[in-house]
Amino acid sequence: MDRRLERILPRVQKPARYVGGEYNQIIKDKAEVNLRMAFCFPDIYEIGMSNIGMRILYHTINRMPGVWCERVFAPWGDMDAELRAAGIPLYALESGDPVSEFDALGFSIGYEMAYPAVLNMLDLAGIPLRSADRPELVPLVFAGGTSCCNPEPMAPFFDLMVVGEGEEVDCELLELFRAARDAGWEKARFLRAAARIPGVYVPSLYTPEYHEDGTLRALTPRGGAPARVTKRIIEDLDACEYPTAPIVPSTEIVHDRVNVELFRGCIRGCRFCQAGYVYRPVRPRKPETIIRQGVESLQNTGYQEATLLSLSSSDYRPLAQVCDGLLDYCEPRSISLSLPSLRADNFSMEIMSRLQKVRKGGLTFAPEAGTQRLRDAINKNVREEDLLHSCRVAFEGGWNGVKLYFMLGLPTETDEDVLGIAELANRVLHTWREYASNKKRGVRITVSTSCFVPKPHSPFQWEAQVTMEEYQRRVQLLRDNMKAKNVTYNWHDPDTSFIEAALSRGDRRVADVIETVFRTGGALEAWSDYFSFERWMNAFAASGLDPAFYACRERGKDEALPWDVIDMGVTRAHLWHEREQAYRAELSPDCRRQCTGCGALALLPKGGRCDA
Amino acid sequence: MPEKLRMRFSKTGRAIWLSHLDLMRTMQRAFLRAGYPLKYSEGFNPHAQISILLPLSVGCASECELMDFQLTEDADLAALPARLSAVLPEGIVVHEAYEAGTKAKYLKWLRVTGRYEYDARDGAAMAARLAEFYARPAIVITRKTKRGEGEMDLVPAIRALRAEAGERRVTVDAVISAQEPTLNPDHLVAALRQRAPDLAPDFAAFTRREVYLENGEVFR
Repeated sequence: MDRRLERILPRVQKPARYVGGEYNQIIKDKAEVNLRMAFCFPDIYEIGMSNIGMRILYHTINRMPGVWCERVFAPWGDMDAELRAAGIPLYALESGDPVSEFDALGFSIGYEMAYPAVLNMLDLAGIPLRSADRPELVPLVFAGGTSCCNPEPMAPFFDLMVVGEGEEVDCELLELFRAARDAGWEKARFLRAAARIPGVYVPSLYTPEYHEDGTLRALTPRGGAPARVTKRIIEDLDACEYPTAPIVPSTEIVHDRVNVELFRGCIRGCRFCQAGYVYRPVRPRKPETIIRQGVESLQNTGYQEATLLSLSSSDYRPLAQVCDGLLDYCEPRSISLSLPSLRADNFSMEIMSRLQKVRKGGLTFAPEAGTQRLRDAINKNVREEDLLHSCRVAFEGGWNGVKLYFMLGLPTETDEDVLGIAELANRVLHTWREYASNKKRGVRITVSTSCFVPKPHSPFQWEAQVTMEEYQRRVQLLRDNMKAKNVTYNWHDPDTSFIEAALSRGDRRVADVIETVFRTGGALEAWSDYFSFERWMNAFAASGLDPAFYACRERGKDEALPWDVIDMGVTRAHLWHEREQAYRAELSPDCRRQCTGCGALALLPKGGRCDA
Repeated sequence: MPEKLRMRFSKTGRAIWLSHLDLMRTMQRAFLRAGYPLKYSEGFNPHAQISILLPLSVGCASECELMDFQLTEDADLAALPARLSAVLPEGIVVHEAYEAGTKAKYLKWLRVTGRYEYDARDGAAMAARLAEFYARPAIVITRKTKRGEGEMDLVPAIRALRAEAGERRVTVDAVISAQEPTLNPDHLVAALRQRAPDLAPDFAAFTRREVYLENGEVFR
């Protein structure tokens, strides 16, 4: 270990997250490696190590002969300051070697507020921030992850961006890069070749032009780059590598357990939900695959807890079979099994009672909106009677806490919808009074609201976000009408949502804002400990841009959108149709019941049906 | 299988940065991976019946950590060190496992070595001055305790101490009181900062070497 590092570690919080050495980390002999990749996660260790995408790709890339992929995370503020003061460059956990010595840096970006952290990590590594300022081919700086579905705000910083699921395309890209480096290609030649790999977006090959009103005129490709980049997906999840010997962090992380993935995609089509659209089409794993992967992972890690992951677990048809198969292994060993993302319906409650035999804490539901009309408008296909019935079953079964999540500022929302949230909370309380098996312990009903952020590639991508003032007014309206004891109301501040909205639908000019935020001290902006609204507003002003132009402006039907260059599988016509359905408060069927022809099935050359 | 088992392990290299809680969690998982079923407590939140005799501070290395544990079934104790070491994080190695005979409360002395680094001073000169300092009849320091600040005289808690010169460094080898009173090796450096600031090293790191009974025999 770097002697200088040894001196600063005693002074920082939780030093274990900066040293690596965990069980199942991958160590290779440098003499037998000819390509070194730094897998960079622009958040702290505890968050990054909880990310399943990073876990999968770490193992996938390390299976490539001659390639050693190591992990790099963002330091917390104290460590950041110590590293800079001691002049220690950002290093990778496995080898401890400086990131600047690596051939390739791949960033995984799952949320927009992590953007400044990417720049901070490059800076800590001593690597120029902008692709244009890195004339050499090595190091290659690229990115992947959900946020790349609108690549433009971060476009100037990356040499290329990977769209969609990375298991295959990352390997193709690294092979091409290794060959190009060994053949002594210039960077421009490599980038032109990389742009021909499906799923690869090379920002420098696209030139944006703007209308006078600030809207995008065109994003024009050159050098043989495709007009649109189509995201990559894994067609057959059962045939795809899944790590069953994951790293076991020595220090506690956020999701400190075995993760088993049930399926990708979602059959539901909630109109506010970006994930529900960008992860299409639906592709399940076989139950026997899931059980095998779960048991192997438990054996290889010694974890006492496993969780089944997907966007909507209760939509997985063989869920009971998978639970029973895993419980056969878990129960005799006192291993607990948990299931997030359950819908508030009968089936889910049955599964829940099967799993939670011992502890009964709180249950969380996300009705998202307070009235049936608005839930229909957003296609959140949960009826009030389902929710209340689920609560009844839970209260009868001994649960004594319910958390309800809502969004304020959804398209078409009226004051009646806002007040509907308070009414729904009251009905849940009433259900408890009527059915609770044990009233002595009391009940805790928590209502939380956040400010809706319209996202690219969702049917609400054209919508204006409500202004912060309007959100505050609706919060106040709800506060004034949420008077019941036992009901707690928490609301998120809208300032982060406003910035997030501006970034998520930003164009290439927003890159200047992100860089200014970093240059004026911003790094871990996803953390309320560090987020500074003022810093963002100053950065927008300094760049001559108005965040409301991106966040609170309704786009026209035919406006060119910065993310149109990315094809996530769902057609723009379908998204617009869904938007119109929303304004009519009409439901669309889920994919299992009837295919609505969103276009995503075209990503499966052999065809298929969206069912889990 | 006897009720109480004990194992001796070392914690060096990167593993010194794991906290006591991290280590407890790591051990529980490692026992599962190695196929040695730890005995758990009863109740709603069962926890493994393991206890580490002298919890080690973060950043301190050790060659003589002792942990008591119980297993639910008969197991091959001779094979345990190798099997457990194979599934532990880098830097944690189990050396032996045996039936615990001596109660933890009889662990009295601890031998530590401290690496005192002086970036711009001569090791030999510093070694002599350190030996002189630690030979004072009383070295009273203020330290934080659970009840706030307290004073402590280090001298009765130091059984032996040698300072050996290196280049720009001094190796301090000390036998100190592990329990009643507990002398944290860091107190040896804190004493310098408080009582003889010009002797304070630019950096110091400690390694636990051995643990002893009251009479000076090795504790196992």
